[in-house]
Amino acid sequence: MILLELLAGFLEIGCFSFGGAYGAIPLIREIVVSYGWIGEEELSYMIAVSESTPGPIMVNLATYVGSEKAGVPGALIATAAVVLPAFLIVIVLTLLLKKLVTNGAFQATLGALKHCVAGIVLATGVYMILVNCVGVPGNFKADIAAIVMTAVLGALYFGSRKIIKNGVSPIVLIVLAGVAGVFVYGW
Amino acid sequence: MRMLTELFWAFLRIGLFTFGGGYAMIPLIERTCVVKKEWITHEEMANITVIAESTPGPVAINCATYVGLKKKGFWGAVAATLGVVLPSFLIILLISFFLDRFLEIRWIASAFKGIRIAVGILIVDAAVRMIVRMKKKPLAIVILSVAFAAMMLIDLFALRISTVVLMLAAAAVGLTVYLIRERAGRRDRNDPS
Repeated sequence: MILLELLAGFLEIGCFSFGGAYGAIPLIREIVVSYGWIGEEELSYMIAVSESTPGPIMVNLATYVGSEKAGVPGALIATAAVVLPAFLIVIVLTLLLKKLVTNGAFQATLGALKHCVAGIVLATGVYMILVNCVGVPGNFKADIAAIVMTAVLGALYFGSRKIIKNGVSPIVLIVLAGVAGVFVYGW
Repeated sequence: MRMLTELFWAFLRIGLFTFGGGYAMIPLIERTCVVKKEWITHEEMANITVIAESTPGPVAINCATYVGLKKKGFWGAVAATLGVVLPSFLIILLISFFLDRFLEIRWIASAFKGIRIAVGILIVDAAVRMIVRMKKKPLAIVILSVAFAAMMLIDLFALRISTVVLMLAAAAVGLTVYLIRERAGRRDRNDPS
């Protein structure tokens, strides 16, 4: 039953997503791909769309996947499932356990969790770039255009921070990459 | 009732006008709830940021729930959370109806192939930001490196190990090391030799 699967999958995402949307992307990717809801490629398109539309990225992804798989009811269930854990945990924390947040053991556990998430996110990004440039394991195929675009856009994105205060924004990067894609892959 | 609608509209506006996810919302939430409406104090806002960072889920939801709860209890939390979610829900729902047909247009498909590259860069950037903010203690660096290596292996060899397992293992290590240190610290205090 697809609605129950959406509920279970997005509840899991809602419960284990630390460090904002990008912290959650590895888990979202794992769940949506393992259930076979959407493919790796479609997911990366949706990350770009979520980044370029208003609202929390995780909510955007949940709404999209839910709608793709089961229309409006699917979108409602997936969105509610991703929101619910955060909603309930904040209520419980604020009402009952204010002191917990400053507790040493809690902080130590949370710290370790965050370092782990940073490592997972880094690996996810590096792997995604590798897939773009040299293909998936078992089907290696160097894409010269993608390698050049990654190098140029990466240098521009990270290098621009040395020149202008906040550098190029994510949306500008997405637009530039889109324009480059049209020129490189044809129209 | 007036307070509930006010919470709903304020967070609806926050949800509608922030691009780039939850962290981008924090300044706007601060301007709306602390400076303009004076619903919460600066100190409470700082607390919210800590709570949002320490709890799972979208940061924007954490913030909306907290402010709503403070102002109007459970139903305030519901109104604020609904408000912040609704705009992106409707916008993405609309996009989801058209995206497949959009992708059949050749130049849009090409643009998205380029955009994939930007997404890879953005994810690496998010990780770099997390690492820069981190206190560089030996344990933190070990956990980071092991998690990175494990995740690379999982991806490269398509292993069926959930990231949740990695996270729970890291949390267990963090807690264990803390408890061992606490006990060692107590022993040192009791026995100064």
